Parts: sequence; structure tokens; C-alpha cells
Amino acid sequence: MNYHFSFNWLLIYYPELLKGIRITVQLILIGAVFGVSLGIACAWARALGPAWLKPVVTAYVELIRNTPFLIQLFFIFFGLPSLGLQMGETSAANIAMIINLGAYSCEIIRAGIQATPKGQFEAGVSLAMTPFETFRYVVVLPSLQRIWPALCSQIIIVMLGSSVVSQIAAEDLTFAANFIQSRSFRAFEAYFVSTLIYLALAVLLRQVLKFIGGRLFPRRAPR
Amino acid sequence: MSLIEITEVRKSFGSNEVLKGINLNVEPGEVIAIIGKSGSGKSTLLRCINGLESINAGSISVAGAQLLPDELHLKALRLKVGMIFQQFNLFPHLTVGGNVMLSQSVVKKTPRAEAETLARAMLERVGLDAKFDAYPDELSGGQQQRVAIARALAMQPIALLCDEITSALDPELVGEVLAVVRSLAAEGMTLLMVTHEMKFARDVCSRVVFMHQGRVHEIGRPEDVFANPQTPELKQFLGML
Amino acid sequence: MTEFSIWDILRNLLLAARWTIMLSLVSFIGGGLLGTLLLFMRIGRNRAGQIFAKIYVEVFQGTPLLMQLFLAFFGLGLFGISVPSWLAAGVALICWTAAFLVEIWRGCVEAILKGQWEAAASLGMGYVQQMRYVILPQALKIAIPPTVGFSVQVVKGTALTSIIGFVELSKAGTVVTNATFQPFTVYGLVALIYFAICWPLSKSSQILERKLNVAHRNH
Repeated sequence: MNYHFSFNWLLIYYPELLKGIRITVQLILIGAVFGVSLGIACAWARALGPAWLKPVVTAYVELIRNTPFLIQLFFIFFGLPSLGLQMGETSAANIAMIINLGAYSCEIIRAGIQATPKGQFEAGVSLAMTPFETFRYVVVLPSLQRIWPALCSQIIIVMLGSSVVSQIAAEDLTFAANFIQSRSFRAFEAYFVSTLIYLALAVLLRQVLKFIGGRLFPRRAPR
Repeated sequence: MSLIEITEVRKSFGSNEVLKGINLNVEPGEVIAIIGKSGSGKSTLLRCINGLESINAGSISVAGAQLLPDELHLKALRLKVGMIFQQFNLFPHLTVGGNVMLSQSVVKKTPRAEAETLARAMLERVGLDAKFDAYPDELSGGQQQRVAIARALAMQPIALLCDEITSALDPELVGEVLAVVRSLAAEGMTLLMVTHEMKFARDVCSRVVFMHQGRVHEIGRPEDVFANPQTPELKQFLGML
Repeated sequence: MTEFSIWDILRNLLLAARWTIMLSLVSFIGGGLLGTLLLFMRIGRNRAGQIFAKIYVEVFQGTPLLMQLFLAFFGLGLFGISVPSWLAAGVALICWTAAFLVEIWRGCVEAILKGQWEAAASLGMGYVQQMRYVILPQALKIAIPPTVGFSVQVVKGTALTSIIGFVELSKAGTVVTNATFQPFTVYGLVALIYFAICWPLSKSSQILERKLNVAHRNH
């Protein structure tokens, strides 16, 4: 093998890598917050919502879960503007991630809601709360607690999947790696280091989510 | 006019008619025990009174207001009539205090300080003020059920529906819950209790309703119903105990 | 300027979809074989094998598939061979698929209650016999629904191979869009074709789960 590994370029391209990390972190932060919120709303709709709303949400969820994220991204970034809807690459990336995580978390959270003992709903309404108030104050948090590990795994999957936004020139970590590779011709080192950074980000993200779980759920999991 | 008026109420689950025309009037301050075999419709009747089950025919009115199946009427009803469940149904993610305060804050929009004061008072009423910051999973079954009673009382209802509230408890814990109910009765709270605790019914209740196959079979004062059962079904039921 | 009909577009896309299906099958089967090997390492008694399998799964599940594709494409090239995109795509997808399948299957094996192992052992069966006659048959049954479910992820994963130049459905979508300037229609059709491939697989997984009466507690 006549190839000399060289990692000196790390010093030269440090700023690009940092920017890539920052954008990737921003993307998953926004994606997770709004995606999970969307997921809670959709899970409510599918589990407890009005009859006319269920098929609409089901269609959305099935469509997203059965098509590649790359195509969803292209559709939003390239396809929608042809209908007059202009947007920048970062906006498109954010929207695509939110829509994607929204569909997956809908299914996960729905399972949590449907595992709620019926007595919780009955107690809530017997105390004169409306079904929505019961959902908000009694059902949501324990449901999230039930499925928190699965939800965290999905968030990490979406974070790793965010690497494709580089394809629409959103300047995430993969974009930085591509950039460094094209300038330095050190393809292997560039991708290797970026992969290690992704691995570290995944580990870090899992810890952060575990911490958030500790704050949101004061007690050990209910029945 | 009675506090609770149940007139010709019928309820079916699919093709199975569970309540076949119930008539019952409850006066303020009455403590009514509803007894009968499982499947006789006791719990269903209770759940119809606070709207957890809809009725197919007949009418229910509470404090003069007709029970209609829309959200507004149901909410108004539930502000007047509280329910205690066999499985307690405490909210596991909230403290004991949180459980008792929740509905006041959310439904009645009571400011936090006031809600807390009332919650502590209700918990003291059931003997659990020391457990304000504990979580339900730290309490025994009897304690949890007493918290459930405090939670219902915090809404200041005019009547309480108790659906076999001691059936899920270990025998040694039943007494503490019945003691609370006894004191509520002594203060004049109107109570409808589906129960298997015959001794309690005899001691505390003003009337006993025996239900059989969806109908009120016998009704009367405890001394009459228990000592002189009129129908063979009631005789058999009491003999079974 | 030539007008492209929907049929023109669709025809091109469907022809490319054949490659998507081909690559999916190769990845799934290859990944299954590699996954089986890894499974025996993971649940076996060799400590080194266990650790290797654990690390393997951590790495391939904890890094982006796109990065794995880039590394396969450029990394294999270090050895002097010019790597065609289909080879890099195949190698990367097989490794990636194997990592997920071994975890799914491990979950199924561990779901078989310890009591089954104990019962088999007390009947005098050796490890291999326990596996073959008692554990694996039951684990297989539980494993079918999530494995079928994962095949959907494999099909979606093939879309990323377009980025390293493999010509499948997504790549065709990009090429056709550039030719026709109708991204909405083209990517819309691409999505529908993927949906047509994936949705039956998803549905089968759900139906199988119900029929095999399995409480699928994965996620």
C-alpha cells in the first residue's frame, strides 16, 4: 500500500470541522425539539383524536416511514420551490428532519399512550378535566417515560441520518468532510475523523437524552 | 326534590342489556350501599351516574340538573359528583400533594397557594398530611386509596361514588379506608357505595340496594334488607356470604 | 425543448428501481449471513468474540451509513484497487445490515426465557443441541416480524448509494430531474416507487407479528 496517512491537515481545516459540528448539533437540536412535539401531536391524533383526523395522520406517517430520508429532503428542497415555495438549504434540512422525526416518534409515542391504563383517563375525567386536559396533565409524561429509550434511539438515528443534508449543501459535518477531502485529497483521513466525531456525538447525545429523561421523569417507570 | 334522581335508566353493551330500568332517588346526606353478584350491573350504574358510561334510555339528574351527554354538562356534573375507584388510579408521576392539587389548578383555575392549602386540609382529613411530598409508589394500598379520597374531596363535591373501594386492598388495610368513609358519612356527605363489606353497610348505611341481573331487586334499610330478605335471590346472595 | 411525458419519466425510474431491488436483496442476504456469524460470536462463550461483536455493532450502529459508504468507497481504494461504486455500496450495506440484524436477533434469543435453557440442559442436551432444538426454533419465530420490518430500512438505505455514484432509483431521480426540470413530479414519483416497494414489507411485518402472536417489545 503506497499511501501515507497524514492527519496534519486537522490543524489547517479545524474551523471547517468546528462549523460542521455546530451545524449538525443545531440541526438535531431543532429537529428533536420540534420533531418530538410534532410526534406527540400526531400520536394524540392517532390514539385519541377525532375520526376524520386519523387517516390523515396515518397517511403522513406511512408515507414518511416508507420512503428514504434523502428523497424527502430532495422533494422539500428541489420539489417544493417549483410550486413557488422558496427556501434555503438549512431551512429545508430543518423541515425535512422535523417531518421525518415527527413520523417516527408518532408511532413510538402512540405505543406509549396506548399502554396507559384506562383508569388514568377515567380518574382524570372524573375530576372534571376535559379529555385534552387529562391528556396533557395525566397521560403525556408517563407515556413518554414508557417509551423514552426507544425515542432516544430514534433521535440518535435521525442525527446520524442528518449526514445526507450535505447533499443539498447544508454545511453540516459531512459537508465539512467533503470539503476537506476535495481540498486536501486526504479522503480517507477526512472521512475517518468525521466518522469518529459522529460516533462521539452519538455517545454524547445519548448521555444528554438520558439526563433529560432523569429530569422529566422523577419516579421509576410506572406499570 | 332529591339530590340524585335516577329514572328508568337502561344501559346496553352491544346486545347485552346490563341495566334494565333502574329507579332510585337519593336524598342529601344518605349513605347508600349497592350490593349484588358480579354482573348485576352495580358498577355500571355508578359509572352512569358520573357519565363514564352513557345511558341508552331514561334520565339522571343531579341537584336538579339533567345529565346530558355533552362535554359541558358532563364537566358540570363531575364538579358536583366525585368518584373513587377500586384501583385507586392515582397519577404516578405526581406527588401525593400534586395529585390532590391538580384538578383544582387545571379545572377551577385556583391559584397555587390556595390549592395547596386546600390539599393539605383534605390530606389531613384522611390522616395523610405528612405524606404531602411522597409519591404514590411509596405508599401502601390503604394510604393510596385515602389519597384518592382526598383528591376527590378537594373538588368539594356534593356526593361521592365509591366503586368497590376496598376490594383491591389487603384485609388489614381495609379498616383505615372505611374509617375515613365512616367519618365522611357522619359529616353528612352523600355517598353511593358499591361494596362487599356487609358489616360496614349494616353499621353505616341509611339504605341498601340489592341489584340482580340489571334490576333493583330489593331496597330498604339495612336492618330490613339483611334481617328479612324478601326475595329468593337476595336470600341466596346473603347466604353465599 | 423536448416535452417529457409522465410515462417517459416513470419508465426511466422503474428501470433504475430494478437496481434498488437487486442491491437490497444482496445487502439483506449478505447482511443476514454476516449477521448470523456475528450472532454466534455475540452469544457464544468466547470472550474475545463477544467483545468484537459488541464493538462491531457499536461502530456500525453509531456512525452514519453515508460515512460508511464514503469510507468503503475511498478506503478500499487505498489498496490500489479502483473500487466500483457497486462494490463499495454492497460491502458497506452488508456490514451495516449485519450490525442491525445481529441486535434484533440477539434480542429474540434473549427473549427466550432462561427457563427454556435450563429445561433443555436438565434434559441432558449440550449447548449446540439446546440451541438447535429448543432455543433457535422459538427465537426464529419471534425474529421474523422485526427482520421483515428491517428489510424496509435496507431498501431505504440503498438510496444513499446514489451519493457514491451507484445508479439506482434515487440517482435516476436526480438525473431525470436535471434533464426535465420537473423536480416535484420526478421526486414525487421516486417517493411513490419506494413506497410501493416498502409499504408491502412494512405491512407484512405487522401482519406477521399479529399472526405469530408476538408481543414485539423492541420499539
